[in-house]
Amino acid sequence: MPNMSLTKTPVREQEPNVRNSNFLEVNLGYTDEEAREEATRCLNCKKPFCMEGCPVSVPIPAFIQKVQEGDIEGAYRTISTANALPAVCGRVCPQESQCEGRCIRGKKGEPVGIGRLERYVADWAIAHDVANTDVAAPNGHKVAVIGSGPSGLTCAGELAKKGYDVTIFEAFHVAGGVLSYGIPEFRLPKSIVKKEVANLEKMGVKIELNMVIGKTITIDELLEEEGFEAVFIGSGAGLPMFMHIPGESLVGVFSANEYLTRINLMKAYLPNNPTPIFHSEKAVIVGGGNVAMDAARSAKRMGAETHIVYRRSEEELPARKEEVHHAKEEGIVFDLLTNPIRINGDEKGKVKSVTCIRMELGEPDERGRRRPVAIPGSEFDIEADSVIISIGTSPNPLIRSTTEGLETNSHGCISTKEDASTSREGIFCGGDAATGAATVILAMGAGKTAAKSIDEYIRSK
Amino acid sequence: MPKKYEIVKKEDLTPDVVRVTVYAPFVAKKAKPGQFIILRTDERGERIPLTISKAEGDNVSVVVQKVGDGTLTLGDMNEGDCLQDFVGPLGVPTEIEGKKVAVIGGGLGCAIALPVAKSLHDRGVDVDLIGGFRSKNIVILEDDMRAASNNLYICTDDGSYGFNGMVTAQLKELIDSGVQYDCVFAVGPLIMMKFVAKLTKEYGIKTVVSMNPIMIDGTGMCGCCRVTVGGETKFACVDGPDFDGHLVDFDETMARARTYSEFEQQRRRDHNCRLEGMQNA
Repeated sequence: MPNMSLTKTPVREQEPNVRNSNFLEVNLGYTDEEAREEATRCLNCKKPFCMEGCPVSVPIPAFIQKVQEGDIEGAYRTISTANALPAVCGRVCPQESQCEGRCIRGKKGEPVGIGRLERYVADWAIAHDVANTDVAAPNGHKVAVIGSGPSGLTCAGELAKKGYDVTIFEAFHVAGGVLSYGIPEFRLPKSIVKKEVANLEKMGVKIELNMVIGKTITIDELLEEEGFEAVFIGSGAGLPMFMHIPGESLVGVFSANEYLTRINLMKAYLPNNPTPIFHSEKAVIVGGGNVAMDAARSAKRMGAETHIVYRRSEEELPARKEEVHHAKEEGIVFDLLTNPIRINGDEKGKVKSVTCIRMELGEPDERGRRRPVAIPGSEFDIEADSVIISIGTSPNPLIRSTTEGLETNSHGCISTKEDASTSREGIFCGGDAATGAATVILAMGAGKTAAKSIDEYIRSK
Repeated sequence: MPKKYEIVKKEDLTPDVVRVTVYAPFVAKKAKPGQFIILRTDERGERIPLTISKAEGDNVSVVVQKVGDGTLTLGDMNEGDCLQDFVGPLGVPTEIEGKKVAVIGGGLGCAIALPVAKSLHDRGVDVDLIGGFRSKNIVILEDDMRAASNNLYICTDDGSYGFNGMVTAQLKELIDSGVQYDCVFAVGPLIMMKFVAKLTKEYGIKTVVSMNPIMIDGTGMCGCCRVTVGGETKFACVDGPDFDGHLVDFDETMARARTYSEFEQQRRRDHNCRLEGMQNA
């Protein structure tokens, strides 16, 4: 008899007023008993809508059944047939708009806590040193993967399973892409990213750090001189956008990328770390996505009074609901329907305030979101000594500008077909580099598709 | 064969300035004058951007002033030690056109001016190289600079060697004496580049400056190195480091360069304390 509780089994979390001054993980995960209890809420539907909502089609009811039976290793093996990074996805996927958003239990009450269960299973596997690192016999074909973020890691893993000789080229000194430089420790501990990367290495994947493709070596050189038969571009969308308002170059204005990279990748939150970080008294974060939440919650932890300024209303916030909820609990102030129009500096060129204007929602735009419209005469100042711009990122031009014949669209994204192929033979692309900034799981889905296409391409040569 | 990122040569140019040559074949193969690398000395180290001073064979040289925590640590390393990371070449190579060019280096900037002058000189351009230093005892690379130019003008602020005065005064004197430059390239302290650009603007001589702002990744990702050029925001790491000196907003760049100055001062104090601690132990 299933557990008919209308609410998810609660998960333990650090107290908001404790966690908002440390970088330890917020969500503490299920215990064995809690996981078993939550697993019994799954109805094991004949037609599992949850799976349709998952970009990589994790066999969700099947793994949850294993959790019910107490076979956690079996549950892990079930997930890992479809998802190479379950410990990451269980933490950062927007489940409410994917698997859980489609769960039948959500029609009346809360959906099954699929994300929490996935994380539980993945963490169990890490703790018990269980990993699905089986690979086919080497087939002698070399494939290069550019970027070690979610799409690159997934593509590399899928190809390694099939016996390919895979090398990942990473520009930074650490693998993981946005998982390492972007998402903070309190949401995704870096030890987990390291573990996932180590598992890939166990599968024979080589990782070359400090290789900026387009500068250190080009894609054409990889194909022509280094013996790679195909290249997957998973270089993400790393170029920060600015608002192009007056005052954006004042001291104290940062892109979220800069602020988060200093904190996450360079570990500037640790005492006595050599990478400098700006210690703000009052920070204004502009934007409403997951990155804005990460930047705001990081600034709060670094000791700043923190405000999120977003031009639409709460309903339109693009961030995961859980991140917004956590941010509010931690004392971050949301100034909604507010848009910065100017950043003001003092005589030394340092930020002293942000002039904002109140907004109201007008007619829906082409995507159905109501367009924010400025209310004339409603300007006001927010005092602040730092401003973190988090309004999005776009793909880096380095690869497209150094690879002849690689077509891109007007947003600078590399043009791809459904099978992840590009305008150049042997070059495939997926994730944010193709779509513009999106989610970890969509990038992973694209990496998986590309691996399948690369396999077909090489076998048909 | 040297190990990856091994320091194959280390030479003290002055007590505070050191030339470090690193085994990095991929970088050496691609490096052109004006480009830079980013290095980390150790697992915990910050990412330090440094303009390439020389690339030959499998090795890349950078000239470093031991001022910050990271560069002091680098200064403490020895031949045979390996750097943690060494990535590049980054940025757009320097492009200078003209038959008669003045290349100006200020202090450590001479190490960057040198390869630019050399490449111009090697392809037959008439190069006047002006190297400015505070004082005679910190003059570096004099012989190399002489070999890379038609005329070398060393200037010292205190008049202890060469021309008595700033590089701008030397440049003005040359221009006023009738030398006609097609282009001026300047690299050094921001204040020096600002005044070189101010002077050449008066004379209408095209001027290229090499910027060295704070940066992290060096690939366009952090936006930390942004410079306002002609009213537009540019990223020095990917759009530069060279820009039209007449269009750069130097005052803003100088303010931005001080973003972490308090932090840096504290780190320097800490580094010196640690050293003293070791000496006293």
